[in-house]
Amino acid sequence: MNTPVLYLPLIALAPFAGFLVNGLLGRRLPKALVTFVALLFPLISFLIVLHAAWLVWTGALVLPIAEQNAPAWIAVGAVHVDFGAVLDQLSLVMLLVVTGVGFLIHIYSVGYMAHEEGYWRFFAYLNLFMFFMLVLVLAGNILLMFVGWEGVGLVSYLLVGFYYQRKSAADAGKKAFVVNRVGDFGFLIALFLLLQQFGTFTFSEIAAKLDANPGWTGGVLTAIALCLLLGATGKSAQLPLYVWLPDAMEGPTPVSALIHAATMVTAGVYMIARTHAVFDRSPFALGAVAVIGAATAFFAATIGLVQTDIKRVLAYSTISQLGYMFLGCGVAAYSAAIFHLVTHAFFKALLFLCAGAVIHAMADEQDMRKMGGLWKKLPVTFWTMTVAVFTISGFPPLAAFFSKDAILAAAFAHGSSGKILWFVGLVTALLTSFYMFRLWYLTFMGEPRSETPHHHPTPMPMLSVLVILAVLSFCGGWIGIGAGLGRFGAFLAPVTGARTGESSGGNLEWVLSGAAVLVALIGWYTAHRLYFRSQERAEKLAAAAPGAHSLLVHKYYVDEFYGAAIVKPLMVISTYFLEWVVDKAILGGAAWVLGGTAKFSGALLQRWQSGNIRSYAAWLAAGAAALLLFILVPWSSVLAELGIHAGVGGH
Amino acid sequence: MIPLAWYLILSAVLFCMGVAGFLIKRNLITVFMSIELMLNAVNLSFVTFAHQWHAVKGQIFVFFVMMVAAAEAAVGLAIIIAIFRTRNTLAVDRVDLMKL
Repeated sequence: MNTPVLYLPLIALAPFAGFLVNGLLGRRLPKALVTFVALLFPLISFLIVLHAAWLVWTGALVLPIAEQNAPAWIAVGAVHVDFGAVLDQLSLVMLLVVTGVGFLIHIYSVGYMAHEEGYWRFFAYLNLFMFFMLVLVLAGNILLMFVGWEGVGLVSYLLVGFYYQRKSAADAGKKAFVVNRVGDFGFLIALFLLLQQFGTFTFSEIAAKLDANPGWTGGVLTAIALCLLLGATGKSAQLPLYVWLPDAMEGPTPVSALIHAATMVTAGVYMIARTHAVFDRSPFALGAVAVIGAATAFFAATIGLVQTDIKRVLAYSTISQLGYMFLGCGVAAYSAAIFHLVTHAFFKALLFLCAGAVIHAMADEQDMRKMGGLWKKLPVTFWTMTVAVFTISGFPPLAAFFSKDAILAAAFAHGSSGKILWFVGLVTALLTSFYMFRLWYLTFMGEPRSETPHHHPTPMPMLSVLVILAVLSFCGGWIGIGAGLGRFGAFLAPVTGARTGESSGGNLEWVLSGAAVLVALIGWYTAHRLYFRSQERAEKLAAAAPGAHSLLVHKYYVDEFYGAAIVKPLMVISTYFLEWVVDKAILGGAAWVLGGTAKFSGALLQRWQSGNIRSYAAWLAAGAAALLLFILVPWSSVLAELGIHAGVGGH
Repeated sequence: MIPLAWYLILSAVLFCMGVAGFLIKRNLITVFMSIELMLNAVNLSFVTFAHQWHAVKGQIFVFFVMMVAAAEAAVGLAIIIAIFRTRNTLAVDRVDLMKL
């Protein structure tokens, strides 16, 4: 069959071109041109992806497509790594999300960042992020994926620390980077193990080798899967490496929406789905994925209950929702996890962008206790936010209802331990509904609790993006209606395996869905009781259980624990051993001895440099004379005359 | 025919006079002239050998030396004038700081 031309590498390279133009010349370009460049190149990527999706839809293209004859990257002995891109069902879904949501957030940023310093720098970073994220998604081998993986980490660091003059922002960027290093360490070990065991990095070849050995389970595969899981927990902010994500909210809000909600943090989920052939062979590793996911979902949701910073609530909510996706992966319901990834990208981007519109209108105020009554001032934001809140809480027929339900149903059907996971997920859904409605009431309902200095109208680009994302959040779940996630599940089945569709069907499905909707309603009602009109009841409740409340407010003291258990000892070792002993004593001492020798000999020899020309001339003449003597005098015969033989010690 | 040795002795004597003048004299101009004397002593031996071996290379070399000497004279004299302008002296011993 004649394959249409797809320009796969161009999908990733187009935003890189945008980065080069804006990064190198942006400072001198007029703002309109910066905007044009920043929007044009992600749009090109988006259009190419849409074109590919259209071809797949009409059947003109049969997936998967692995790029042939890609330029070689590393060729050492039997190891061959190239820059090949792979387009299959999984990467196509991910590409649509990344380029689509990414492009929308670019548009939004034009309005949001309009008056910020470093406008060009922001968009250069944003385009660079698109490049690395698309490399990550398109990569046909895990080493190239790792390049994208590290790249998005770098851009995350740059953008979290975008307001680098603010110390907290710079620190948050550093924290994100350092915590991610821990996960990347696991990823690297997994890479080495994969190379050792399989002799290749290419996904398809790894899967083929596993298929050829059906009996190969556990053992080193468990080790590989656990190392990959460590990498995923770093990037996707799961226990125990989630601590960087709440701090990452120091970045501009569009960044939080794009990188720390919709795309980058879901890379861990994507990676697990991409390497699921390995995970499938290790029940233990899968169990670990599920337990980490469920635990994180619950843990982060409880912290989210009491946060007062609007973006931090959303950050903990993101961690919690990512936990759901891990739970889905852990019960081998990969397509359900990816489905939740897609809907989450829509509604969480929408939530963050709404929060951004609120913050914009409140002149950079992020404390929800100072908001309230904004529904009158920001009608569009209010209605889109309402859609998002109802979506994330899991009300039908909105998107997350279907995706969250699919994950919970898959967990329920997953053996006896699955019931526990399902129950944790259900409780988390209750908490989610509660804290989202708490945010909704505190922000938009009641009376304004502080005077906004001046009302900023929300620019048009921002509003239009909000509306588009609200529509997507509303309808995005409909592609997954039906048994086995309907069309979506059937589409992904060739990549994620047929197991994903395990819907128990019939009454049980209805009961599970009913339970999910019921807990969402309970959460809403509780939030209504506590936060509608006044916060008195909430304050009373907090006063009734001061221990639990302060535990939550202090986020279980995890940061303090990490500080005392890891950061402090590292600092002590760095100061007393590395700095004082290694650096100052050993290296400094060696440098001092070397320098001292040079200085001392210099002090002796400097007397020669009298500055007197005639003394120089005399030395020159003496040297020339000595040279002449050495050449002209027949030294061997002179020595023989004196009775001395060179080399042999006398008679 | 004058023997080769005489030319060479003359050349050596001239060269030694140049070296002695270079070492002893205080006046920059004299020092400079001593350098020229050394160069010309070397030129003399070049020409001598060229004549002796009937090889034209030695004579060509002399032209090169003369050219370099001319260039050197131009630069050297310029430096000497500059020194005289700033210090009002041409005594070599007074010029012992590496600046004008």
